[in-house]
Amino acid sequence: MSQTPSVKPILIGYDGTEAADRAVQFTANRAAAEGCPVHVIYVLEWSPYSFLSAQELEERHQRRTEELSRAEATLAPALRVFIDRKIPMTYEVRYGHSGELICQIAKEKKATQIVLGRKGGTALGARLLGSLALTLVQASPVPVTVVP
Amino acid sequence: MSCQYKLPAWAAGITATIFPFTAMAQEGSLDQRINETVAPISNVIAGAIFYSVPIAGNDFPLIVGWLVIAAAIFTLYFGFVQFRKFGHAIALVKGDYSHPDDAGEVSHFQALATALSGTVGLGNIAGVAVAVSIGGPGATFWMILAGLMGMASKFTECTLGVKYRNEYPDGRVSGGPMYYLSKGLAEKGKPGLGKALAILFSICCIGGAVGGGNMFQANQAFQQVVNVTGGENSFLAGSGWLFGLIMAVIVGSVIIGGIKSIAKVTEKIVPFMAVIYVTAGLVIIISNIGMVGQAFSDIFVGAFTGAGVAGGVVGALIQGFKRAAFSNEAGIGSAAIAHSAVRTKEPVTEGYVALLEPFIDTVVICTMTALVITISGELNSGLTGVELTSAAFASAFTWFPLVLALAVVLFAFSTMLSWSYYGLKAWTYLVGEGKGKEIIFKLFFCLCVIVGASMSLGPVIDFSDSMIFAMAIPNVIGLYLLMSVVRGEVNQYWAKIERGEIRKVDKSATAEAET
Repeated sequence: MSQTPSVKPILIGYDGTEAADRAVQFTANRAAAEGCPVHVIYVLEWSPYSFLSAQELEERHQRRTEELSRAEATLAPALRVFIDRKIPMTYEVRYGHSGELICQIAKEKKATQIVLGRKGGTALGARLLGSLALTLVQASPVPVTVVP
Repeated sequence: MSCQYKLPAWAAGITATIFPFTAMAQEGSLDQRINETVAPISNVIAGAIFYSVPIAGNDFPLIVGWLVIAAAIFTLYFGFVQFRKFGHAIALVKGDYSHPDDAGEVSHFQALATALSGTVGLGNIAGVAVAVSIGGPGATFWMILAGLMGMASKFTECTLGVKYRNEYPDGRVSGGPMYYLSKGLAEKGKPGLGKALAILFSICCIGGAVGGGNMFQANQAFQQVVNVTGGENSFLAGSGWLFGLIMAVIVGSVIIGGIKSIAKVTEKIVPFMAVIYVTAGLVIIISNIGMVGQAFSDIFVGAFTGAGVAGGVVGALIQGFKRAAFSNEAGIGSAAIAHSAVRTKEPVTEGYVALLEPFIDTVVICTMTALVITISGELNSGLTGVELTSAAFASAFTWFPLVLALAVVLFAFSTMLSWSYYGLKAWTYLVGEGKGKEIIFKLFFCLCVIVGASMSLGPVIDFSDSMIFAMAIPNVIGLYLLMSVVRGEVNQYWAKIERGEIRKVDKSATAEAET
């Protein structure tokens, strides 16, 4: 979906929430200051070991196409922010486990840091449901910035 | 599948023993009138499909021979593919060959899991108990043997299912015997025969879906619920229509209302129940590890001497073969419908994955049941069917019959959902696609749930059960005619692997490569 840029990028995980939009602003400021490119990732949570009914199997390819185009649509305003500020930008939409995938892409792209918006859930909720920010803070190969 | 009670003379007696309520609960005149109307037709058809020849004092249904012979032929033709490629099948399910770009598409694991949820059911729990109570421990040996051979049948039909599936412009994928019979045989220059077999298959598939895949399930689930809630004194006794109505509303809300959450919950619970069942079995086996040697010796000695079994070796063999054929549906063609939605460029990969299905269903789960029954010492208790399995597990865990009842209901429900889909595919193959046409079938399907639970329609169930096995006639004929196509697929696939065009996707290597 994109070429590895010559300069190490800042990685941003985007999901269309308000917090993610704040993360976009933060990332744009950082990238402009450092003069580095940005790589935007949109992860569709997916496990190849989940269970689907026969009907869902039949429609899976169709649904996936729909999900991908919806993701592209959600991404568009975020991408526009970088384009408008003339910040070199690449992006990708991927299926998988968000924590694992973002760490893996950070390694591949040799990112300098990962930026995320904070969902703003309670501490208890994060403990029970798991939190992408907490996962990344523990597992990420590069520094992680969580934007409130 | 679970159709073991529908067989000739002895079956009536067993049905009465396992499910006394079938006979007791409903003597309504409506039931009788329906029975009297359909009995003559159903008896002829069931009699023809389950036509049995006496062998050494046992009734041997020819359809079982048809399936076992087919399994043996495919095993030889593909050079024991189920043993040689077992490791490769595991690698495919693990996703070792799945390209990361295909994430979000149907994985091999998902296709296998969905197909399994349609096969694992009452047959694994109750059917095995019937087999060992009649055929002795030795029946287990023949059941395992037939299960192992059935893996080759699954391999053949599921490879064809993917190869000849329809991929529609909107992205939906649809496959199964009706497509490989019509398209595959047309390629072989026999379009007329292909079309005829496909139509025959579809008709039988619809019959099997509303019968063995629905009414039979509803009926047995209700009996089991009545049993654990107090038998004759149960508040549910005689209220089969109520149970059926509730079941029908739940099934309808999933297949007509499209309420995914119910299906999602079942799909989460069903594998969980299967795990509980297998774990409980393992615990019993391990805690009686000293008796396992004896159990296996009983199984082997029983298999070749037939000691204490009516009909001796042949009796044990027939029981084992029957159980395997009825349980894993290899050669019936139903699984090919579920397997064909997988995302792969190589049809044969799904064939390899599919061969795990009879292994899990028959060689693992059925054998587990048989071992627990043999070890528990309940074999000579005079019980059979679900009651025998229940008693065997209860000897270790007194609370297990409750779990078992829940498992039976859930397995019945998931089997119904799977078969509603198989039936629908066959229906739309015959009448064409369209919302209205689909709704008609789905409403009819829900109606059959109520009918199945509330009535003791022996003849109707006989008829529809025989339809499931009738599916094997057009399907296996097609498999014989198309097995050379499968061999071609196998050869070109392994040629690609040898040339390195297809290789394991090393996920860590792709990440490392750039650092």
